[in-house]
Amino acid sequence: MKFALFTGCVSKGATRELMASTTKAAEGLGIDFVEMKAAACCGAGVISEQNPMLADALNARTFAIAEKQGLDIVTICSTCQGVLKKSECNIKGDAEYQKKINHLLQEGGHQYDGTTKIKHFSNILASDEGKALLKEKITRPLTGLKAAAFYGCYVLRPSELSEYDDPDNPTEMEDLFELMGATPVYYPSRIKCCGFPIVMMNKKASLEMAGNALVDAVESGADCVVTGCPLCHLNLDSYQPEIEKMISKKYSIPILHLPQLVALSLGYSPKELLMDKHIVSTRIFQKMFPSS
Amino acid sequence: MATFKIKRFNPEKQPEPYMEDFEYDVPDGATLLDCMNTIKWTMDGSLTYRMSCRSAICGSCAVKANGHAVLACQRQAEHLYDENETIKLEPLGNMKPIKDLVVDFTPFWDKIDKVKPYLETSSKPPEKERTQSPEEFRLIDDTSTCIMCGACYSDCHVLEVDDNFLGPAALAKAQRFVSDSRDEATLERVKNLSEYGGIWDCTHCGECVERCPKPARPFYRIKEIMTVALEKGVHNNDGARHALAFTSSVKHSGRLNENFLPLLSKGIFNIKGLLELVPIGIRMLLKGKIPPIFHKSVEDVDDIKRIFKKLNQ
Repeated sequence: MKFALFTGCVSKGATRELMASTTKAAEGLGIDFVEMKAAACCGAGVISEQNPMLADALNARTFAIAEKQGLDIVTICSTCQGVLKKSECNIKGDAEYQKKINHLLQEGGHQYDGTTKIKHFSNILASDEGKALLKEKITRPLTGLKAAAFYGCYVLRPSELSEYDDPDNPTEMEDLFELMGATPVYYPSRIKCCGFPIVMMNKKASLEMAGNALVDAVESGADCVVTGCPLCHLNLDSYQPEIEKMISKKYSIPILHLPQLVALSLGYSPKELLMDKHIVSTRIFQKMFPSS
Repeated sequence: MATFKIKRFNPEKQPEPYMEDFEYDVPDGATLLDCMNTIKWTMDGSLTYRMSCRSAICGSCAVKANGHAVLACQRQAEHLYDENETIKLEPLGNMKPIKDLVVDFTPFWDKIDKVKPYLETSSKPPEKERTQSPEEFRLIDDTSTCIMCGACYSDCHVLEVDDNFLGPAALAKAQRFVSDSRDEATLERVKNLSEYGGIWDCTHCGECVERCPKPARPFYRIKEIMTVALEKGVHNNDGARHALAFTSSVKHSGRLNENFLPLLSKGIFNIKGLLELVPIGIRMLLKGKIPPIFHKSVEDVDDIKRIFKKLNQ
């Protein structure tokens, strides 16, 4: 399997452990990820607040680059995934608009024909081929680990843009946990919003949303929360100390990126996956899965 | 045989709600509302809910089915079953239950009132009617389909934690007038809508788009108001500053500058706002998670700049 890797901005900045673990997971699985070094930021649904056509044009340019390489795009961020899919839908659903967008790209030597597919890493892993590959490569089953998925809104809603089978009741992440030997924990907040997009505008509401999800996961018996979105990771992990202060409860539940969990099952050590970079302690993983 | 687990509540008889099961052999094609009616008419006449048109026009019969708000008359019951052929029915969320499946819509209507859901004009009225071109109407066509059922309000994630938020229905209604070519209070509207509790408090979670039984799809309408607010120069708030700083960062390097974005969103002279960033900044610094100080551009950034320029940004 070979894909054009759309890294997103945050995996290169505040959540570098995501990029490091994605590289390890791909290496361990033998998947070829070709990093899209000339791709612009997806806009995170924010550029389109100012200029919807600009956001679509930048994303069409990204699609065109992948098309030129003859590759489908893989994302490692729920937000990037949802935003790219929205642009794809806007452009592919309107031939006249696609023409205008391509006119903008032309001078840069790009042309978007609408052939490249856009999938989140979890969708690749949850495919029959992905599951077979993962099953074959697991060297360290995550037996005894109770993992709670936190999907991230953008991969689920609007459902017409989602790559999941049943976005109101997805099971793809939990199926992967089971495949890796972990025990999935189902809890209502797993498909909720983490609140990150409004942390600058309404911090109290934002952290309360994240806090509710954390309490729900902990009270459902989870050892850790696993997310496919680095923005959810920021709110759930980096802000966890402030959330605990706000709700006067101390849970200290580690938050993992999905590629970290995958790479862990492939035999990589927590240190190699930069788990020591997390704000909330990930010591439980060093104890459960010491370096072999 | 399907099971309907219905949340019952009658404060005159007992203070706490409880669940009651009803078994019913659902005929092919029956809507959820058909089933609720049969349960009421043949099993328990005290079951209380709102309904009227049975045609997805009046917006009365929204309830929560297996955790998500739906318009009961619009959905076939069998499409809502869980794996045990069960439908759990509860009153809409984010509003106070009055009896069984009936909730108090007062906060919903108060917020609709707050966005002034009527045309405001100050110029001299024309001799005949105020007309619109088909293109002008298209801008408000989707939001005009809202039937005020409350499904979006019920499932809104922000309203679960902050009842000051205007919510998706009121904001969609606001777009109906912000984008109306005949309205003459656009600037004042977007100024009010940019206040705390308005457009910038929406998390983009898309839940309202998913629950909306009509093409109104509030989140997309909220984004349309954001665009107008930014165009009209209503920039003195965290949300607008965040959007402008984000776009400017991508314009210069092709990617987001995570170090500057929080500072510019708060405003560089906003001492109180900047102090709020200190704890997270220190935590990130201590863990070596601060994004690189020297912000690198993506390859071929000139092409990205060219696209910005072409679109006058």
